[in-house]
Amino acid sequence: MSEHPMSTDAEVESTAFTDRDRVEGEHEAASVRAVLINRPRQELYAFWRDFRNLPTFMENVKSVEVMESGRSSWIIAGPAGADFELVSEITEERPGEYIAWRSLEESDIDHEGWIEFRDNAFGRGTEVRVFISYDPPAGPVGKVVAKVLQREPRIQARRELRRFKQLMETGEIPTSKAPDAAPRADRHL
Amino acid sequence: MRALTWHGKHNVQVDTVPDPQIVNPRDAIIKITATAICGSDLHLYDSMIPGMSNGDILGHEFMGIVEEVGPRSTLKVGQKVVVPFVIACGQCFHCGKQQYSACDNSNPADKSDASEIAYGYPVAGLYGYSHLTGGYAGGQAEYARLPYSDMGPIVVPDGIEDEKVLFLSDIFPTGWMAAENAMIEPGDTVAIWGCGPVGLFAIKSAILMGAARVIAIDHLPRRLELAKKNGAEVLNYHEVKVREALMEMTAGIGPDACIDAVGMEAHGFAPDNIIDAVKQETKLGTDRQHVLRETIMACRKGGRVSVPGVYGGIGDKLPIGAFMQKGLTIKTGQTHVQKYLPQLLELILEGKVDTTDLISHRLPLEQAADGYRNFHDHPDEWTKVVLKPH
Repeated sequence: MSEHPMSTDAEVESTAFTDRDRVEGEHEAASVRAVLINRPRQELYAFWRDFRNLPTFMENVKSVEVMESGRSSWIIAGPAGADFELVSEITEERPGEYIAWRSLEESDIDHEGWIEFRDNAFGRGTEVRVFISYDPPAGPVGKVVAKVLQREPRIQARRELRRFKQLMETGEIPTSKAPDAAPRADRHL
Repeated sequence: MRALTWHGKHNVQVDTVPDPQIVNPRDAIIKITATAICGSDLHLYDSMIPGMSNGDILGHEFMGIVEEVGPRSTLKVGQKVVVPFVIACGQCFHCGKQQYSACDNSNPADKSDASEIAYGYPVAGLYGYSHLTGGYAGGQAEYARLPYSDMGPIVVPDGIEDEKVLFLSDIFPTGWMAAENAMIEPGDTVAIWGCGPVGLFAIKSAILMGAARVIAIDHLPRRLELAKKNGAEVLNYHEVKVREALMEMTAGIGPDACIDAVGMEAHGFAPDNIIDAVKQETKLGTDRQHVLRETIMACRKGGRVSVPGVYGGIGDKLPIGAFMQKGLTIKTGQTHVQKYLPQLLELILEGKVDTTDLISHRLPLEQAADGYRNFHDHPDEWTKVVLKPH
């Protein structure tokens, strides 16, 4: 468990973040984030639960292969062009509400996490909360490298959750990548 | 295509850049027929807005003809559209409340960390206005890609001159929202700092909304003349002490509403402004909020302060006591352009508002760099520059 205080986007006081047990992971670093998505809970759950959909909004996930008995195999783009393989197993599942998982021993990254979908009590859509806990690949040095390359898992998780919201609410993921989406001049002068 | 690009402080030029492409289903590409330089572009020109990158295309006031559409765009090839400078998805919580400039989704995920850190939450994407607001290419170019093109660009009737509708992209709705935020009631006196394009549209809007009296403040004679032609009484702050003059003109009660149409680069030689200017120059501070202070001090008890002027960072020495003790209401924000477009287009088509009197110069896009320099260096003669890319 990280000794750093956790930052969240929660707009209301939430048990998800005040209940310490729920956000204490077994690994060195942890990240938790909440987002309000203006779509029905079942639709969001169903999209996420089909793990093959995840590479559409998780930029560093190259592919997900779904295997038997709640297992899936992930190829993740790591720092400096290296790929990681992660085999994950569902540890708890409540259809429409909650999925928890953890990595199996053969994985390159030790990792566990959960995602929760709740109806917003005030009719504002679905509250989605994600928790991940992990040992940074290749220890502290790996974390620095990952940060420089913007592949630090915590930053990545924040951006992936944003892209998930964008995709589910608007049907696409906004981009301003040069040159096609946003042309720009070559740097000179 | 050709486009006006940013290369550092007071360094813009027209370059050849790649053409934009359709990348998302809701995108459209337009061929730009008219575009303008905004006063807020001068904050970029002066390098006052963080998050600019060498080679960025500027421009957020533009219109054109639809050239190509993605499968989910509702626009049709050949339609003429004016583009709101704010990019909005139309489907998030904020768009549902018509708070389009607070759109949750239009700022790309890899660009929105900075504004989340600076402002607590990520802000909407804007065209051509730094990577803090999305890193989108601007419209001072031959072509532009419009994300979420079904949500905002307004189709204008065939045959209407570009110049009459071009300012729906920003300064007309911005002046209009500034006046709406001033919550004008019959009999009200509205004081407006800054007679640039937004200030002028705020004057026009306040009068359309029924203000009894509009008092406009600037120091540039031609801009004051334009304000006067639009029905405002004017004060030149080089000639009078503004607060004393306002007290005298309103028989001591003060203006009911004050509008700061200046923002972060206020001019003038008031002591607080000189301190702010030094701090800005030495990077100890970011914004010169002299006008904001003035509006708070000058506003009557129980009055309203409206701030369309752009601020980007951290300020200090705000007269917070005057704000609280007088019970003022302050409203501000980037304009929720999409909300206002249908009604403002209607006002233009009915001939109820002159949207072209502020244009002083029309230039081909190739001369855009001259346009920036002159708009910046000679604001008295250069009140508004329209660029023609084709």
